[in-house]
Amino acid sequence: MNDVPVPYQVTGVRRESADTVSLTLAPAGEEALEPFAPGQFAMVYAFGVGEIPVSVSRIGRRELVHTVRSVGAVSAALCALRPGSQVGLRGPFGTGWGLERAAGQDIVVVTGGIGLAPLRPLVLAALAARRAYGRLNLLVGSRTPEDLLYADRIRAWVDSHGPLHCQVTVDRPSPAWWGHVGLVTTLLNSALFTPENTTAYVCGPEPMIRATARDLLHRGVRPERIRVSLERNMRCATGHCGHCQLGGVLMCLDGPVIGWDRVESLLAVREL
Amino acid sequence: MTNSTTTAVLDRDGLSALVQALAAQGRTVVGPTVRDGAVVLAEIASADDLPFGWGTEVEAGRYRLVPRDDGAVFAHTAGPQSWKTYLHPQRERLWSAERAADGHLSVTEDGSEQPSYAFLGVRPCDLRAIAIQDRVLAGGRYPDRGYRERRTGAFLIAAECTEPGATCFCVSMGGGPAADSGFDLALTEVLDRAGHRFLVRTGSEAGEEVLSGLPRHPADAHTRNAARTAVDAARDRMGRAMPPVDLRALMGESLEADRWDDVAARCLTCGNCTMVCPTCFCTTTEEVTDLTGDHAERWQHWDSCFDVDFSHLHGGPVRASARSRYRQWLTHKLSTWYEQFGSSGCVGCGRCVTWCPVGIDITEEAAALHDELTDRLRREKQKETER
Ligand SMILES: Cc1cc2nc3c(=O)[nH]c(=O)nc-3n(C[C@H](O)[C@H](O)[C@H](O)COP(=O)(O)OP(=O)(O)OC[C@H]3O[C@@H](n4cnc5c(N)ncnc54)[C@H](O)[C@@H]3O)c2cc1C
Ligand code: SF4
Ligand code: SF4
Ligand code: FES
Repeated sequence: MNDVPVPYQVTGVRRESADTVSLTLAPAGEEALEPFAPGQFAMVYAFGVGEIPVSVSRIGRRELVHTVRSVGAVSAALCALRPGSQVGLRGPFGTGWGLERAAGQDIVVVTGGIGLAPLRPLVLAALAARRAYGRLNLLVGSRTPEDLLYADRIRAWVDSHGPLHCQVTVDRPSPAWWGHVGLVTTLLNSALFTPENTTAYVCGPEPMIRATARDLLHRGVRPERIRVSLERNMRCATGHCGHCQLGGVLMCLDGPVIGWDRVESLLAVREL
Repeated sequence: MTNSTTTAVLDRDGLSALVQALAAQGRTVVGPTVRDGAVVLAEIASADDLPFGWGTEVEAGRYRLVPRDDGAVFAHTAGPQSWKTYLHPQRERLWSAERAADGHLSVTEDGSEQPSYAFLGVRPCDLRAIAIQDRVLAGGRYPDRGYRERRTGAFLIAAECTEPGATCFCVSMGGGPAADSGFDLALTEVLDRAGHRFLVRTGSEAGEEVLSGLPRHPADAHTRNAARTAVDAARDRMGRAMPPVDLRALMGESLEADRWDDVAARCLTCGNCTMVCPTCFCTTTEEVTDLTGDHAERWQHWDSCFDVDFSHLHGGPVRASARSRYRQWLTHKLSTWYEQFGSSGCVGCGRCVTWCPVGIDITEEAAALHDELTDRLRREKQKETER
């Protein structure tokens, strides 16, 4: 359903960090959205407040999970929801990550902050078909150890499945932090991949995406094999409101996941 | 589209009968009228509401009504509105939502019946603008249902141009004063010693049907010739022109031009140009709740890329400077529109030039960008040969 939101019920709420919450949503009535692909997003409607784009962070048979960071009116209202509350959903919208592009290749997943949320379903899908791919790297950047999303589950992915090379880094360590400190791009040094035979998936703040794509290119990963997810203001998600433009790209239709080859020169222009 | 076109001549009574016939079909007839010192589009009850005897004088940032003693009705140029006012209204309710006491949400799409319009006096540039908005709003993966209903229900009567204004440049945008397609009926006003009349051509079966019920005269050779001559002459009397270059490529090459700073120093970022432009389609949404808090409505209204909130992200706007917002408008119109919707976003109607409070003229800006680019390329070439 793309015209009006379909009611979904909050069946689970999980606090991921001080400002971030995962909502498990199930259709409240008969009507349900078409299945989502990893990387796609929904327009999530908080009654009486507004509607914002949010990626799917887990895809169940009937249930969807959205991980929302509270930054303003609508996201704060979503983060305050309790089990039993209802939201409206439109979707699925936009392009997916396209995991099939990585068949037989090494995979490098690089995330910054909330950028891990849209990539979780991709990591889960890759783990579920582990043999279809080469080496699987997950490089996670977080502001602080406390902001790290899905910490316990990341540990479970590493332990329970085939080899997942996972590294985590933080900008500001706490006293108990024993891991890496610094930009997520520094983790590329110890990631295991053959650049000419690698597909990368990147999501996070735009400066982080630029820096990561630059480093991957520098190492020899082909630009069209660097898949990034970009954020722009989105009011409609259906190509009609004009808000999500980046040059000729309409991010809600041509993105949010798009090849670096299509956006590199556009992102090089300030304020485009 | 029909294969055969019927041509006839209507006199003023025929024009009146046309308005009555469309009203009798239950249509809301909209046409140009004189109001508040401008030709504005409004619902008309009879042909008497049309601007007989009014012309316009326009320049960049200037618009003036002038009386004409020949009694012409279609001698004015584009006013401050366009047909998008009706097809893509300024405000529209998208849906209503109710929250029950137990938290249950129900959402109802706005299902109000769309009016059935007849537009009288659609200029050829505006026919092209409607076709462009059709591609944006009714084409593509997610057609806008309300727009499509209003659009398919509308009866379009074109009025070919015989009096282009000083800010018109449709010819240089690949258009012209003649109506080629996309109408149900097309009128060409003829005023000479043989009288005040309209050559009428049909463009659809609906047009054939309406015409067949009107008092009309056969299309005589003299009227045909007079109509053709007037439209041909209009083609050569455009007030302005875009530079005759590949505008799409020019914009692509000019993203870092200095000219953007120059225009940004003059532009008030008021967004008038986007409001008057017949192809500009951008909208935003707003949430309206009633006092009980259990009823909410989602409204859509026109938005402008000149508004700093247009590109709002929680870290700040993507396009904070006036330079970047003017660049967004011009490059979208002339260049990136092709990638998104397969054509230019500008039909050369001149509205944005006329209604800009400080007289910014997109043909002049494009020409300046072209000069800057030519200069830059020349200097680069020089450097290369010196090396
Ligand atoms: C494809 C995509 C996927 C995303 N996925 C996620 C995700 O998985 N998790 C997540 O946490 N975030 C995600 N985001 C980001 C999320 O959509 C934003 O954080 C969210 O829109 C912020 O909305 P807000 O109301 O909370 O904050 P605000 O900053 O208040 O903005 C809300 C909206 O209101 C509008 N607005 C705000 N102020 C004004 C104003 N003054 N005038 C006009 N309009 C205004 C803006 O258009 C804005 O989109 C995603 C974004 C995109 C584009
Ligand atoms: S950009 Fe200006 S001239 Fe072109 S269609 Fe829009 S208002 Fe008319
Ligand atoms: S170009 Fe003119 S009309 Fe458009 S925003 Fe600037 S000042 Fe306003
Ligand atoms: S979000 Fe409206 S056009 Fe992309």
